[in-house]
Amino acid sequence: MSDSGTHNHTPGPSLWPLGFAVGVACLLLGLVISWVVAVIGLVLAVVFGLLWARDVSLDVRGRAPEIEPETRVVADEAAEAPAPAAAPAPLPTYTRSRFLEASTIGIGAAIGAIVTVPSLGFMVLPSFTNVEEEDIDLGPIDNFPQGTYVIASYLANPRAGEVSRRTAFVRNNGFTDAGEPSFTILYSRCVHLGCPVQPNGPIDEAAKKDVDGVELRPVLAQSFGCPCHGGLYDAEGNRSAGPPVRALDRYTFSIKNGNLVLNELYAVGSVAGTGANAAISSYPWTVPGVHVDGAEAWLYPIVPSQVTG
Amino acid sequence: MAGKASRQSVVQQAVLAPLDWVDERTGAVRGTKWFLFRNVPRDTSWMQTLGSAALTAFIVQALTGGILAMYYEPSSRINPNTGKPVAYSSIEFITNELTWGWLVRGMHRWGASVFIILLFLHMGRVFLFGAYKYPRELTWITGVLILVTGMLMGFTGYLLPWDQTAYWASAVGINLNGTAPFLGPWLAQFLAGGPEIGSETLAKFYALHMILIPGALIALIGVHIYLVTRLGVSSPPWSREAAGRERAAAEPTSAKAGLVRGSGGGD
Repeated sequence: MSDSGTHNHTPGPSLWPLGFAVGVACLLLGLVISWVVAVIGLVLAVVFGLLWARDVSLDVRGRAPEIEPETRVVADEAAEAPAPAAAPAPLPTYTRSRFLEASTIGIGAAIGAIVTVPSLGFMVLPSFTNVEEEDIDLGPIDNFPQGTYVIASYLANPRAGEVSRRTAFVRNNGFTDAGEPSFTILYSRCVHLGCPVQPNGPIDEAAKKDVDGVELRPVLAQSFGCPCHGGLYDAEGNRSAGPPVRALDRYTFSIKNGNLVLNELYAVGSVAGTGANAAISSYPWTVPGVHVDGAEAWLYPIVPSQVTG
Repeated sequence: MAGKASRQSVVQQAVLAPLDWVDERTGAVRGTKWFLFRNVPRDTSWMQTLGSAALTAFIVQALTGGILAMYYEPSSRINPNTGKPVAYSSIEFITNELTWGWLVRGMHRWGASVFIILLFLHMGRVFLFGAYKYPRELTWITGVLILVTGMLMGFTGYLLPWDQTAYWASAVGINLNGTAPFLGPWLAQFLAGGPEIGSETLAKFYALHMILIPGALIALIGVHIYLVTRLGVSSPPWSREAAGRERAAAEPTSAKAGLVRGSGGGD
């Protein structure tokens, strides 16, 4: 090792990667079957990974140098040898070329920033600012018979046109115990990965209505299913099967001049109870696939809607 | 006999003088020779051509994509003549109306898969041959970045036909990004250009697919090929030749010297 010039670039044989691989396999398996196995796998992977890294980096770190025993100079010997008079340290100089180099880099960076910052900002910010959608008027509440779902299809942004067409499932729950009108308004976007959820039941096409561009079709459905990956929700939007990570998103609503108006979307952890007496655990809206409750929600501490509304 | 030899040298002069003129000012001929006339281990085989094949597939994608962009319109507005979105109508027009449009679109559409498959085959060859080892680690790393960038090309290109498959597959893809911890929801909202896929998403994906990602990909391919040229092709694991042989020391100093053997050094 000591002679320079010949460098061995191949690390020696090691069994640690084997243990590391077993640990990773154990961890992945544990994610499916049991968290105990996952923890064991994690510990194995970390321990063997560290051992492996230690092995591999031996060359780079070098072997520990042998330290010579410390010796101290006896006091009078030190006094006998006077310290040589230190030459005056040269004054720090700042040459013209150093100055020009620094100013070229500095001015270049400033010009670059003047161009880059607005461009990058323009690329990123419009996705997060002024994204509030307008209220959506679904027409008179008489069109929503009590106790059955109505598929409402509407334009979230009429100026954008058909591309903004959305669907919600609206159920009139009558009145709450406090005498307030109650509606369950589920957004059709699957909270697994955003496919369009379909009501599982016959659609009453004969009773189809078109109210100022909003299409209303009553449907007899006690559950909702997603065609993409088999997510299944019950009548309150709770997940009953499949991969979704929360309950279906809902709209807040208001009633203006006897019309049902959708205000804004919010995410739902789960719903206890049914209809007008349901207890809904609500959260700020976020993209599908993102947990809003439970331990996994810690992975998403700040979602865009919490910052930009 | 002497006359024939002198005639030959006149022809050589006529061909080589302009090349030398260019080379003296740009180094282009020496650079080209540095790139093309390299030593290659004796026992290379068809396996070592997968990288060039992937490069060829990329060139096909770049050419056909550039031509498709002359006819494609990335707009989600409804075309009043067809009642369909403009983007989808332009794809229909390319496929069904324009002469050879079906062919070039087909080349681009299937070539995309060919490119990714070749990248994987090339990567498998490099892995199994151990060709990623010293001193080619950075070649491997730039190759992995090329693979990721190539997949981004596939992801952004998939939305452009603007049909139901494109729309919902992209919705799923964007929301998959959204499930990444911490920054995932931000990434998803950036990609969609808002909370939901809309007309901005189509324009954004078109710009990413047409300009930004190809730029990055071309730069990465340039670095990758430079490294391959600089470091040379590695011998297969079963080779008896020593790995990492030096280049031949005698580098010709001018275009003339290298192009015609024995014509002597120039400058």
